[in-house]
Amino acid sequence: MSAILSVDALSHAYGKTPVVRELSFALEHGDIACLLGASGCGKTTVLRLIAGFETPQAGRIALGGELIADARRQLPPEKRRIGMVFQDYALFPHLTIAQNVGFGLPDRKSALAIRRIEEMLDLVGLAAQGGRYPHELSGGQQQRVALARALAPAPHLLLMDEPFSNLDVELRERLSLEVRDILKRSGTSAILVTHDQHEAFAMADVVGVMRDGRIEQWAPPYELYHQPATRAVADFIGQGVFMPGEVVGKGEVQVELGVLHSDLPLECAETCMTCQRDCHLDVLLRPDDIVHDDASELQAEVVAKSFRGADFLYTLRLASGRELLSLVPSHHNHAVGEKIGIRLAVDHVIGFRGTPGTAHERPAAATVVPIAIARGR
Amino acid sequence: MLSDFDFSVLTDSLPFLWAGLQFTIQLTLVAMTGGIIFGTLLALARLSSMKPLAMAAAAYVNTMRSIPLVMVILWFFLLLPLLTGKPMGAESSAMMTFMAFEAAYYSEIMRAGIQSVPRGQVHAGQAMGFTYSQSMRFVVLPQAFRNMLPILLTQTIVLFQDTSLVYAIGSKDLLKASEIAGKNYNRPIEMYIFVALIYFIICFSLSQLVKRLQQRIAIIR
Repeated sequence: MSAILSVDALSHAYGKTPVVRELSFALEHGDIACLLGASGCGKTTVLRLIAGFETPQAGRIALGGELIADARRQLPPEKRRIGMVFQDYALFPHLTIAQNVGFGLPDRKSALAIRRIEEMLDLVGLAAQGGRYPHELSGGQQQRVALARALAPAPHLLLMDEPFSNLDVELRERLSLEVRDILKRSGTSAILVTHDQHEAFAMADVVGVMRDGRIEQWAPPYELYHQPATRAVADFIGQGVFMPGEVVGKGEVQVELGVLHSDLPLECAETCMTCQRDCHLDVLLRPDDIVHDDASELQAEVVAKSFRGADFLYTLRLASGRELLSLVPSHHNHAVGEKIGIRLAVDHVIGFRGTPGTAHERPAAATVVPIAIARGR
Repeated sequence: MLSDFDFSVLTDSLPFLWAGLQFTIQLTLVAMTGGIIFGTLLALARLSSMKPLAMAAAAYVNTMRSIPLVMVILWFFLLLPLLTGKPMGAESSAMMTFMAFEAAYYSEIMRAGIQSVPRGQVHAGQAMGFTYSQSMRFVVLPQAFRNMLPILLTQTIVLFQDTSLVYAIGSKDLLKASEIAGKNYNRPIEMYIFVALIYFIICFSLSQLVKRLQQRIAIIR
């Protein structure tokens, strides 16, 4: 495997506002990457820099080993052989679907081009719609036309800017899997930009979580969820609660629910006793780390519940006042106010150092991380 | 009153009026075609990132739009022969004048049309291997033209009416022809009423057509 795209210390500012700060990553051949972040984190700007619609102030972008942009030289966008699917699709309303798809082909009237158009329409399942106009298609169909149009000239790299944000949730989930399948079948390397982590997880081989113009972590989705590298990533990805703990031994952390044993190395090499910095360790507890167990002695009060079909997401309050989230199969239906037994099921401890001297004084409520997932538009 | 009218003179002067109408139509078509082409170039110049070019185009458009048409017609008629050194007929002078004058108005319409096309369309063109100017030509201008077609045609209807002003330089359009015929038969009132009717029928049916076109284009957008 070799890198098709490498981005090296890329920086960009709009006027005096820095948007991308010394950002680096490499995309392997045939991989689908996703830049994930809240709006305003600079992810779309990164895409525009790669496409060539913006000139970087510093850093380099190389595609297939060839330099395409640095602060001085810029290959114009039309010479980069990078396809793009735009957030609003940007289909050409004055052209038919077939003409849209064939637009980027060298000789649009040739038999070769006509065959390529048919092939592409087949690939996205719109073979019968070639003669229609974009406004006659549904949103999901337009999305697929945009994809077929971008893929037709066989680009070295495909960029997708929030490609599913205009679609309803159900269609979004189905299409993201379909698009992944199409990209994998055509062997196209792609970068997707989104603020929706479900979309990122469903589509991408590797995800870059962005914050303030930087990539916080560049890792496969599974690793992002289970081994977030920074507190910000842990905050942004998935749901969970931070609970202050004390390192009591090698890979052992004491929290108010008991001692946790980690099979991964902790951020702290020594115990809090010997370290003496009084920062303690904030341990990330995911809702799936807290298991409902009637036999458990450990009791917590149900403060809120959210029914999600197959399971309930319970917000639980411990005797100490600290709150937890717990994912419980939905046949365990408990009323708000009821006390239920819980048990910890933590395989590896993800913990981040707190601020020295303040870790245990923080009010319990502040440690509940209100993480919103799948924010729609 | 009406019994005094003699409409038989109309049938006699029909061929003469037809010749006048033909020139009016010809002038309208030439001014429209030339005006839209020149106007589109002016619009592109105004939207250009090259400052001097944009300013020159803006100056031209604003000047033309701030001067009464009759004055422009008279000036061109007097100035063009001085510039070219050759005498110029009223008909050719009228065509040049209208092309130059209408271009200013068409350019404003085309500018709005170009701006109505989202910027992403140019980027989409570029992402598919087209340069900025190619994207402009194959992606933006066709859409701008289509979106603005009803307004361009409405402007053309106004242009059709405005062509009557060439009577100031004695060019034989529909109005001038009716004036001459009216004098010949000494029946100016019948003639003017008849000609007004012709103008009305043509303009009204054209504007109905534009209305229908507008509805069709509204669906596509």
